[in-house]
Amino acid sequence: MREKSQVDDINRSIYDFKNEDEDAYKLQAGLTPEIVDKISKEKNDPAWMNQFRLHSLQIYNSLQVPNWGPSIDGLDMDHIVTYVRPNTKMSAKWSDVPEDIKDTFERLGIPQAERKSLAGVGAQYDSELVYHNVREEVAAMGVVYTDLESAMHGEYADMIRTHFMKLVPPQDHKFAALHGAVWSGGSFVYVPPGVTVEIPLQSYFRLNAPGAGQFEHTLIIVDEGANLHFIEGCSAPKYNVANLHAGCVELYVGKNARLRYSTIENWSKNMYNLNTKRAIVEEGGTMEWVSGSFGSHVSYLYPMTILKGKNSRMEFTGITFAGEGQNLDTGAKVVHMGEGTSSYINTKSISKDGGISTFRSSVVIQEKAAHSKAAVSCQSLMLDDISRSDTIPAMDIRCGDADVGHEAKIGRISDEAVFYLMSRGISEENARAMIVGGFADNVSKELPLEYAVEMNNLIRLEMKGSIG
Amino acid sequence: MSDTLLQIRNLDVRVEEKEILRGVDMDIRKRETHVLMGPNGAGKSTLGFALMGNPKYEITGGQILLDGEDIIGAAVDARAKAGLFLSFQEPLEVPGLTLESFLRSAVQQRTGKRLRLWDFKKKLEKAMELLQIDKSYASRDLNVGFSGGEKKKIEILQLLMFEPKLAILDETDSGLDVDAVRVVSDGIRIFQQEQDGALLVITHSTKILESLQVDHTHVMVDGHIVAVGDGNLVDTINTDGYEQFLTKA
Repeated sequence: MREKSQVDDINRSIYDFKNEDEDAYKLQAGLTPEIVDKISKEKNDPAWMNQFRLHSLQIYNSLQVPNWGPSIDGLDMDHIVTYVRPNTKMSAKWSDVPEDIKDTFERLGIPQAERKSLAGVGAQYDSELVYHNVREEVAAMGVVYTDLESAMHGEYADMIRTHFMKLVPPQDHKFAALHGAVWSGGSFVYVPPGVTVEIPLQSYFRLNAPGAGQFEHTLIIVDEGANLHFIEGCSAPKYNVANLHAGCVELYVGKNARLRYSTIENWSKNMYNLNTKRAIVEEGGTMEWVSGSFGSHVSYLYPMTILKGKNSRMEFTGITFAGEGQNLDTGAKVVHMGEGTSSYINTKSISKDGGISTFRSSVVIQEKAAHSKAAVSCQSLMLDDISRSDTIPAMDIRCGDADVGHEAKIGRISDEAVFYLMSRGISEENARAMIVGGFADNVSKELPLEYAVEMNNLIRLEMKGSIG
Repeated sequence: MSDTLLQIRNLDVRVEEKEILRGVDMDIRKRETHVLMGPNGAGKSTLGFALMGNPKYEITGGQILLDGEDIIGAAVDARAKAGLFLSFQEPLEVPGLTLESFLRSAVQQRTGKRLRLWDFKKKLEKAMELLQIDKSYASRDLNVGFSGGEKKKIEILQLLMFEPKLAILDETDSGLDVDAVRVVSDGIRIFQQEQDGALLVITHSTKILESLQVDHTHVMVDGHIVAVGDGNLVDTINTDGYEQFLTKA
């Protein structure tokens, strides 16, 4: 099954600009409490959420844009409202969708009807039926799987209130604050104690909600001894007119629970992907991240895990593929708080055609985390001389009794290996794709088969025409 | 001479501005087994790489005709599809690519046809059994962590799977113990006899030749072919070494 998502047309009555009044337009260019109130009303927020949004807005206005990573000068921060409330007149026609994206749909073999949906220009893709079936199936086990907006009013209202942006507070950084103010859409999952969800749940069913896929919020709570695999994203490129993505993911992993969170992301190449993901793990719990970043113009993405409980553990497996015009700054963070905690960060990055791929890792081992283990392994592959790959590892070890390891390798495709495969009758393009595919194998192995196949197709596509 | 497979005419090869081969001639006909011998550094492996088209080996003069067609301008994969095979002295490792999926892709691309998976599996199983390669190796990454001897067996496994017209075996026997030499020789014999393949065996020892029927022997010293003979020349070298040829170079 392929994941899809889209940004729908925005409700005109709320978001249309009054173009006849130039000054009014200018006044609204910044994000104001009135705009946030409007969003809140539209979402039918409870009072606390409305307050939360307004508070986040204040924080947003007081924080600076980060200056330590790839440039986001391409974002017009003075007119941030145009990202939050895109003018419906900008909302694309099929003919406005860039050729390379249409081309990719073609090559990935996505049915015609779904292409427009993916490109955000068509009718909503009709996934409701599938979604209902899945929801009912897991509901029988007591699992709640719904959109966050409606969950705020139901039985789980308190649970959401006590967890929402507690892990990623709006003070975290400017875009977390922006998210707190204007978030829209996303998923809420609650898995009760001892329940194992056999099938992976996929955000695709939820991302079809209006406005989703740009400031969506994912809140997952896996209770004691429960087990869940959640898949976020889409291997087909998503085209958004408004090219800012500032989503937020908060994951609570209970005692002896296990959560696997997989992402394949292929945003269109005009996107600024400033996403924040964080997990907290209780005693004996396990957090597993699988992350594939292929799209976007600029990415800042460092899923963080807080190993709070004794003997909790996390594993992060990631791959980043930066092509022409892309500056992808990705990595992972982990904080060891509990005794006997362990973490393993294993990433691969590929850069080609002048793409820049930077790997950042941060490992913190606190005083009380005795007998902890942390290992970081990062391998980079540069496919030509104009591409770049950097590794920026940080370690802060405050406990004498910890086992910490770091390994980084940067390499190129060996001409001899290409010659070897070609001497067996394999074309140069395929030989390179096979070597790169093999390099990415640790990630594809972690994905469900259909996603692995799609990821390999993606790599193949990215490798097409890579021979000068 | 309709059964001529490979004709090398007056071939000059240069590697990184250095002349390695000068005026090499050779004719190999279908089903023939040729041996190329010579001391270390004579240029034997260079000939193998030049024939296969390694871009580091620049051909500065002469011709290479495969089935009457000049292949000097042809891409490496085109040469392979035309029936040429090179068994590497040091096979490359490709992490993340399993032996089986590599073989499957290669067979598929060589034929350009959709693979009959069942037939492929049967053939692979049989070839692995013959070469005494454990089944589990099919799902291991290509050559990664394989011993020298295992890598050589994998080369011969590829030979049997691809069934080329002409196989160049570059020092396939080096680094093999006695048992492995026997197993590899069995594989080569099957290629020779059952698949009607022609061979150019590059070696500086004679271990692997004991069980093969040799039609022609070429001796290379310092980039030249200094002597040509039949299978008996191998025995001469075996007893006398290369001493007698060195002065001719």
